Amino acid sequence: MSQSPEPKAKAAKTQLKSGSNLERMFAAGHFAVTGEVGPPKSCSSKSIREHSAAMRDSVDGINLTDNQTAIVRLSSIAAAVHVMAEDCEPIIQMTCRDRNRIAIQSDLLGAYSLGVRNVLCLSGDHQCFGNHPQAKNVYDLDSIQLIRAVRDLRDENVFVSGEKCRFNPKFYIGAASNPFADPFEFRALRLAKKVAAGADFIQTQAVYDLERFAEWLRLTGEMGLHDQVKIMAGLVPAKSAKALRYVSTVPGMRVPEDMIRRMEAAEDQEAEGIKICVETIQQVRELPGVAGVHIMAIAWEKVVPEIVSLAGLLPRPKLKPAGDGDGAAGA
Amino acid sequence: MIVADQKPLEEIYAYLEDNRRVLIVGCRECVTVCQAGGEKEVGLLAAALRLKRQAGGEEPLETIEDCVQRQCDAEYVEPLKEAAAGVDLVISMACGVGVQYLAEYLTDTWVVPALNTRFGGGSVEQGVWEERCGFCGDCLLDRTGGICPVARCSKSLFNGPCGGSYDGKCEVDESIDCGWQLIFDRLKSLDRLALLTEIHPAKDWRTSRDGGPRRVIREDLRT
Repeated sequence: MSQSPEPKAKAAKTQLKSGSNLERMFAAGHFAVTGEVGPPKSCSSKSIREHSAAMRDSVDGINLTDNQTAIVRLSSIAAAVHVMAEDCEPIIQMTCRDRNRIAIQSDLLGAYSLGVRNVLCLSGDHQCFGNHPQAKNVYDLDSIQLIRAVRDLRDENVFVSGEKCRFNPKFYIGAASNPFADPFEFRALRLAKKVAAGADFIQTQAVYDLERFAEWLRLTGEMGLHDQVKIMAGLVPAKSAKALRYVSTVPGMRVPEDMIRRMEAAEDQEAEGIKICVETIQQVRELPGVAGVHIMAIAWEKVVPEIVSLAGLLPRPKLKPAGDGDGAAGA
Repeated sequence: MIVADQKPLEEIYAYLEDNRRVLIVGCRECVTVCQAGGEKEVGLLAAALRLKRQAGGEEPLETIEDCVQRQCDAEYVEPLKEAAAGVDLVISMACGVGVQYLAEYLTDTWVVPALNTRFGGGSVEQGVWEERCGFCGDCLLDRTGGICPVARCSKSLFNGPCGGSYDGKCEVDESIDCGWQLIFDRLKSLDRLALLTEIHPAKDWRTSRDGGPRRVIREDLRT
């Protein structure tokens, strides 16, 4: 009965863990590009839909922050529904700060039922940075335990408790990595732990310090991690020298002083910020182990298409839907 | 030890309302060591409350001062019944455990706390105390070089430092040492970094905060 394309399709299907567009993009060997939308501090979906529509043809997925910097915002899962309504693929962020393992798993089931296929597992910013510093944090699980939980649900069909899940969510699992935090020696080990726990792709903290980023890549490459996980270099385009100067003071961020001076000296700082971001994309693209870029244009979402275009990453490949092949079409 | 510090005088004074006679009880254990609720502090608080009452031009306050060996022990609390019988209010200068023991045994008297019970910790320098134990009920210090991530990491992470660890400090506040940097340094110096590569599974929090007050039952000691 089976026609010739059938076995091939099946074989390709079994290789995919989630079938998400992002996963298929990597599977097809493309250099992936993702954007980010911070849901609003309101119940309006307007900005999410506008940003999604603007980024639609420039990115392979849109990351939705989960109450970032511990500020109450429209939920990442609800935001994902609005993103999908704009024909974009969402990557929901899931933090350990606000939910225990019961709520986390419940939300994962719910998100999957709504069509979400990518989840980025994070510890979450401490509540002291947000607008409810009086809140009690949860941290029932940490980010590595969360990665393990999502993987066990997908690959072993089990909840954290060990109980079976009847229809289990099959997420493409992301994790964050900060090559610029301390202790530096541990950063590669921590990535290895996240990969061992089940991370399929990594989004790094914003790369400004290329030297340190390259060193981290060298270490993680020597550990053989680049074959096991897709690393996306994080990029935050700076809108002004002042903003970049501020970023340099945030714990866990490193910005070379000459980059700040270059911004300060620029006549058009916005244009310079875009230029630096594009140059950085081109530079990280040459580094072994970098499989894509994640552009976090915080409160500057509209600049993403321009950056992606200037970086020579357009048009984005259009892949066939999951299950119809290995996604190589349009490569 | 249990580390506590005194509530603002205004808050304690507000407990008095129009009461005339109060019993102030200290404790000779932890709160004496951290100089929050020992004999000396009982005397100072009694004097401060009397003076404040006097300054307000109201009826004078009569304070009865006492300090027991341990407020968390019925043996030392029970004898307070007599002194408490004649007062309007009892102010405990012990930790929250002591306050509750007084309330449990001094059944006819209103008992209020003079201290805020802060944490399980110790002194790190003259006049500074710091938390060390999160009382999670399942000690993992064997895996973390004797440094507790539950108490000393701002997010109580189990698998290493988050991305906010910078120059040995926690992103929450530069006065806070990153607990995981401390763990890393110690394991490295003792050549035990391999411990950090193991994934610490999801913790069973039932030993930490579960249904009702936690209990330790030692059958060998029960009569």
